Amino acid sequence: MGESLKNHSLIAVGAEAALYKGRFLNLDVVIKYRLRKPYRLNDLDLQLRIQRTILEAKVIRTLMRAGVKVPPLLYVHPEEGILVLKYIKGSLLRDVVHSGSIDVSCKGLNYVGKYAGRMHSIGVVHGDLTTSNVIITPDNMAYLIDFGLSKFSNRIEDMATDIHLFTRSLESAHYKWKDFLLKCFLRGYFNEKGDEAAKIVAVAKEIRMRGRYVEERRVKKA
Amino acid sequence: MIVLGIESSAHTFGVGLVRDESPHIIADVRKKYVPSRGGIHPKEASQFFISEGPKAIKEALEGSGVSPMEVDAYAVTLGPGLGPCLRVGATLARGLAAYFEKPLVPVNHAVAHIEIGRYLSGFKDPLVVYLSGGNTMIVAYEEGRYRVFGETLDIALGNFLDTLAREMGLAPPYIVNGKHAIEVCADKGVKFLKELPYVVKGQDVSYSGLLTASLKAVKRGARKEDVCMTAREIAFSAIVEVAERGLAHTGKKELLLVGGVAASQTLRDKFRVMAAERGVEFYAVPPKYAVDNGVMIAFTGLLAFKHGIVVPPEKAYIRQRWRLDEVDIPWVSH
Ligand SMILES: Nc1ncnc2c1ncn2[C@@H]1O[C@H](COP(=O)(O)OP(=O)(O)OP(=O)(O)O)[C@@H](O)[C@H]1O
Ligand SMILES: Nc1ncnc2c1ncn2[C@@H]1O[C@H](COP(=O)(O)OP(=O)(O)O)[C@@H](O)[C@H]1O
Repeated sequence: MGESLKNHSLIAVGAEAALYKGRFLNLDVVIKYRLRKPYRLNDLDLQLRIQRTILEAKVIRTLMRAGVKVPPLLYVHPEEGILVLKYIKGSLLRDVVHSGSIDVSCKGLNYVGKYAGRMHSIGVVHGDLTTSNVIITPDNMAYLIDFGLSKFSNRIEDMATDIHLFTRSLESAHYKWKDFLLKCFLRGYFNEKGDEAAKIVAVAKEIRMRGRYVEERRVKKA
Repeated sequence: MIVLGIESSAHTFGVGLVRDESPHIIADVRKKYVPSRGGIHPKEASQFFISEGPKAIKEALEGSGVSPMEVDAYAVTLGPGLGPCLRVGATLARGLAAYFEKPLVPVNHAVAHIEIGRYLSGFKDPLVVYLSGGNTMIVAYEEGRYRVFGETLDIALGNFLDTLAREMGLAPPYIVNGKHAIEVCADKGVKFLKELPYVVKGQDVSYSGLLTASLKAVKRGARKEDVCMTAREIAFSAIVEVAERGLAHTGKKELLLVGGVAASQTLRDKFRVMAAERGVEFYAVPPKYAVDNGVMIAFTGLLAFKHGIVVPPEKAYIRQRWRLDEVDIPWVSH
């Protein structure tokens, strides 16, 4: 693929991948390259990188078919940990919120809620739903990205984990606006997911309590 | 200004005396409750604290030649922690403050772990990874408080290591020559067991599945040492990964490791490698101050007291589940 991929430049170093922008098949693309992590054992490292690359490719294809806005996948090479995706022009939702465009943010969050609802309805959980994993385009559409931690699952618990993670990301990164923004998200989620949404949100609240200092647990194991 | 701090949230009754001028730390007395068997028994621990606590306070004062009247404020851990244990420290601190007519300063135990780490590292605005027997959290300062960016969805990392060691018959004692029993065993492992689950969900880790699967593998006849090695590799890599996610997400340039599990050399090495790759500064609190102690309470009490945070003794209730992100942090600003 080296030949057909032109002029790439580093655009981001994410948590697990380096992202390059380039041209491929006459399109603006990003090359997502899951890097080797020198802190972990080779066996584990290889296993995780291949697994996640394959998973991300599968999830993107599934979501595209279901009408969730995600960057189209153009090429995948699991052993090298490489994905080539269409480049989506825009800003991260996180930065949109930080810039103070609250109306645009709310609209974006509404979309995120809607897409999360749709994903959940077709048995996919995102696994890392945060405002850093949403791109808002210049015409205020939202694209979901980063599916390396996604999972095919119909379990309420897994869907609720998505909601929990997203809620906490609003709390930690966007404290001032968290209540308002959460409403924007949940409106979209409830509209799409219908009756089951309330139950999922209730389980999300329960999950929130678990990791926090639960002293009984320590004692019980004794 | 001198502040006396009392810690009694779990297994250690600690008394610290700190000043706002050099030398900062003038007394550090610790009485550690060691369970006769199994994990910590809160009632037993509190009995131990009742008999040892007053002695510890006396030792700290007499050892440093400070009279109770010279102490400007008394600080105490009011939570989170085990009720019976917290109650002993709180009762003693209330008594001292009332008797000597000095202000009483409420301290959150998790905040104290972070503040002693910030003090020792000199970091201004780090991403903090707090790993202990009861806590597994990734936090950072954001608008007036420490916010939780990631945590465990079930059991804490220290609890995971301790429980695994105990159930495998490797402990107690849990720590031998500064090394956890699981690590002593892991160092002799050779084979990575592919079937043990690695679970990271967004910014969170989960260890209960790994615990169950590891014990199952032992039962099935896998080599103990391989189970230890794989479990350690997975558990540590997962927390390093979520910390890295936290760094990517927050853009912080300093990484601070606090809490008892920070004593693990293997874990520090992993964090150090990750931080170096990302061009982030790294500091791990030395074992002495990473575990529970009174100095960190006194030190945090000093910061809080200087910002006018005091509580009337009769209102100094303990809070077993006092969450980190409920505490205002007026002394940090940027
Ligand atoms: N060298 C070491 N390697 C790995 N783990 C260690 C080491 N030394 C101590 N630990 C672990 O640290 C934990 C104790 O830490 P600490 O005293 O900070 O916390 P705690 O009282 O259990 O919880 P908290 O401080 O959150 O209330 C135990 O789980 C213990 O096994
Ligand atoms: N299709 C895309 N178009 C444009 N930018 C993208 C695209 N995918 C990712 N990015 C950029 O790269 C960053 C990291 O990508 P991400 O998939 O989240 O990787 P990581 O899992 O390493 O964080 C994103 O925050 C975004 O800025």
